[in-house]
Amino acid sequence: MNTSSQTNYEQISKTSARQKRAVHVLVYTGLALWAVMVLFPFYWMLLTSVKSYSAYNGERFPRFYTLSPTLQNYADAFTTVPLGRYLLNTLIFTAATTALMMLVIILAAFAFARLKFKGRNAVFTLFLSLMMIPNELVVITNFATITNLSLRNTFTGLILPSVTSVFYIYLLKENFAQVPDTLYYAAKVDGTSDLKYLFKVMAPICKPTLVTIGILKIIECWNAYVWPRLITDDENYYLVSNGIQEIRENGFGRENIPAMMAAVVVISVPLLALFLLFRDKIMTGVSRSGTKG
Amino acid sequence: MRKNNLKGWLYLLPAMLFLGAFMVYPLIDVFVYSFEEGYNFASQTYFDIGFYNFSYVLHDTYFLQALKNTFLMVVITVPVSTGIALLISVGLSAVKPLRNLFQTIYFLPYVTNTLAVGLVFMILFKKTAYSDGLVNLLIHWFGGASVDFIEGPYWAKMFVMCFYIIWVVMPFKILLLTSAIASVDRNYYNAARVDGTSAFRIFRKITLPMISPTIFYLVITGFIGAFKEYSDAVALFGTDLNAAGMNTIVGYVYDMLYGDSGGYPSYASAAAIILFVIVLTITCINLLISRKLTRGFS
Repeated sequence: MNTSSQTNYEQISKTSARQKRAVHVLVYTGLALWAVMVLFPFYWMLLTSVKSYSAYNGERFPRFYTLSPTLQNYADAFTTVPLGRYLLNTLIFTAATTALMMLVIILAAFAFARLKFKGRNAVFTLFLSLMMIPNELVVITNFATITNLSLRNTFTGLILPSVTSVFYIYLLKENFAQVPDTLYYAAKVDGTSDLKYLFKVMAPICKPTLVTIGILKIIECWNAYVWPRLITDDENYYLVSNGIQEIRENGFGRENIPAMMAAVVVISVPLLALFLLFRDKIMTGVSRSGTKG
Repeated sequence: MRKNNLKGWLYLLPAMLFLGAFMVYPLIDVFVYSFEEGYNFASQTYFDIGFYNFSYVLHDTYFLQALKNTFLMVVITVPVSTGIALLISVGLSAVKPLRNLFQTIYFLPYVTNTLAVGLVFMILFKKTAYSDGLVNLLIHWFGGASVDFIEGPYWAKMFVMCFYIIWVVMPFKILLLTSAIASVDRNYYNAARVDGTSAFRIFRKITLPMISPTIFYLVITGFIGAFKEYSDAVALFGTDLNAAGMNTIVGYVYDMLYGDSGGYPSYASAAAIILFVIVLTITCINLLISRKLTRGFS
């Protein structure tokens, strides 16, 4: 680019500056509008959760603020319904599922990325084709399998079908394959076993991908609803999604909406906190995977 | 080599066991179920083999209602959400200050529990004996009459449903579209600006063709996702979706499998296969159209 075209370009951009400002006002208004749409439900649940029962029900038309906030609803949420139990169950389910899955997919991805054996490519193609199978198609038999094994209302029954993810194996395999071969051969010369190499060298190098996969799985587990609903009907094994549904239909005598909102806030906070902590990891992870649709 | 062969399979063993037991076997089994007529869950017996299950499902008024609901949701939410997401993403890319903040806010629905937040939407839209709810308050301000969106007329329920679905799917679309727009080469824009091209023309002739693969991807995944709509409906209308008249195809599958009307894995399987065929057909049509359109752009 020579100097004359440079000045020409600058001139043009200067004249368009004023027009640009008007456009900016319009754009920001639009963006702010959608931001309000997104944030408002969160504001409303927070607001309702600190209104007292009588104050809430006294409002024929709901008010946008409260002058006498109370934490009573949060106490109710933990004492009247077993919200603590639901949270603990979800925590156990999430931790166990994620940990087991990480182990399974690390081993499989390593086999695909580094080990050479007959039939590797055929199996890999088969794995990839499994990505197209929708969950709705296999859940029926899984329900029958778990029921026949008398694993309903157990953590084992909840966890087992969610332990593998073909997509994450694929994602991790791609990352593993980027680790230079020379490292592997150097480790071999030193007499390091494959397993030791995998967990001492490969996994640490690929930690960013592992963390992203882990977080995405945690989000998925925390929000799991369909499978837990099919496989548990004992309140002692409810996860938060089923818990909130149970609270809605039977807890708090139906009309105690402030207490319900307190429960909703308690359930929403852990994931929101996780998101704010790992914002960039989660957003890049989601844009790469795009599983939730 | 022999030793290595064994080792490779050993590393794959856990994944293969899980996939075999919970994906491959069920995939075959679901077709078996769907052809076993009068299958009984308790005694594990059936009368005959044939297409009766499919015919039963296709004649079941609940299934037809679910089919209608699902199609309406798909037809409404996919274009609307993609369109709004495109507008927002273009807006986001045009500004710099606060962009990060907006992006963070827009992503929030993705990391929320749909059952929990659905409850908030229900309360916002619901009309009870002693309170009209917030949305009705707004309607009053603009001089309209109040409507019960949760237990009222069909169009009102469908409106909340679609509104909530769009709210839920927006983060994913905005995220993908903004990164697609960001990856368009700046030189194209600069060249166009030197030529004095209008902003709208730049958008139509440069941005849109460059991000069209992402748009097609979003439309295709949007179709697939909307056809499998279920949890969001439960969040708004409760578990008895048939009574609310708001059941979806996936909801019908689960209701047949389990719940008050449950215990019929054969009907559930037939319905699931019908859903799969519908989704497959529409995805193929989408792919064909997108291929033709992309060729037109270049």
